[in-house]
Amino acid sequence: MDLIVYYASWALLSCGAFLCAVGGLGILRLPDFYSRQHAAGITDTLGSAFVLIGLMLQSGFSLNAAKLVMILIFLILTSPVATHAIAQAARQSGLEPKVVAEEDEA
Amino acid sequence: MSRALSLSTLLFAIWLIWSGHYTPLLLAFGVLSCALVLLVSHRMRIIDPEGHPTHLVRGSLSYGLWLTWALIQSNIDLAKRVLSPSLPIAPRMIRVKASQKTHLGQVIYANSITLTPGTVSVDIEDGMIEVHALTAEAAQELIDGEMDRRVTRLENED
Repeated sequence: MDLIVYYASWALLSCGAFLCAVGGLGILRLPDFYSRQHAAGITDTLGSAFVLIGLMLQSGFSLNAAKLVMILIFLILTSPVATHAIAQAARQSGLEPKVVAEEDEA
Repeated sequence: MSRALSLSTLLFAIWLIWSGHYTPLLLAFGVLSCALVLLVSHRMRIIDPEGHPTHLVRGSLSYGLWLTWALIQSNIDLAKRVLSPSLPIAPRMIRVKASQKTHLGQVIYANSITLTPGTVSVDIEDGMIEVHALTAEAAQELIDGEMDRRVTRLENED
């Protein structure tokens, strides 16, 4: 049983690390400020959730696991607020997003 | 009154989790600090359905599950796009209607949009949310409005 939990935690931590790396790669590859925020969203949501759940499995049923749950809840509540604040600040200071022309759609 | 009671229970439960020290002196400090927060919140008049939305607890469980599933799907989709060599994106700005009646409901909707990779809510005005969408599919999903309907249903539960 311990071994299963250990490997599950190992798998979750690897998935989380991979997704955070994909988020970072997205920030490098995407063309403008607004689209880069979406890549940061991968790191914010599934990446951090996998890492935190993996750590919860490592710590077992303890106070530390409860604290990790709280960290996850606060992260989910606060990260969209921060993202929105940055996006709105960019919009209000006149940064126009790069968009596709209608005929490019498909 | 019941709202104040549930807020103080929540505050103290959080204090217990943060603290980890359960000696009488520190517990007394915990009770004192929770009472102080309660007093300040009462004087700021934020112990109301918006500041402490106890009526949303039950509905937020099923909404949270649905949102988690939606998040996983859009995460996988976006990760695939970032990793694919041709970078198949088509960014655009769209406006979607937020049909929630309360500010709290609209904030929940806008935050859910931002939390989902592929869409970020940029501005909200007169019940319309301006969204930057990274792909045509992400934009279409919002226009179809399933998330909007679910948040409205969550808001109307009591």
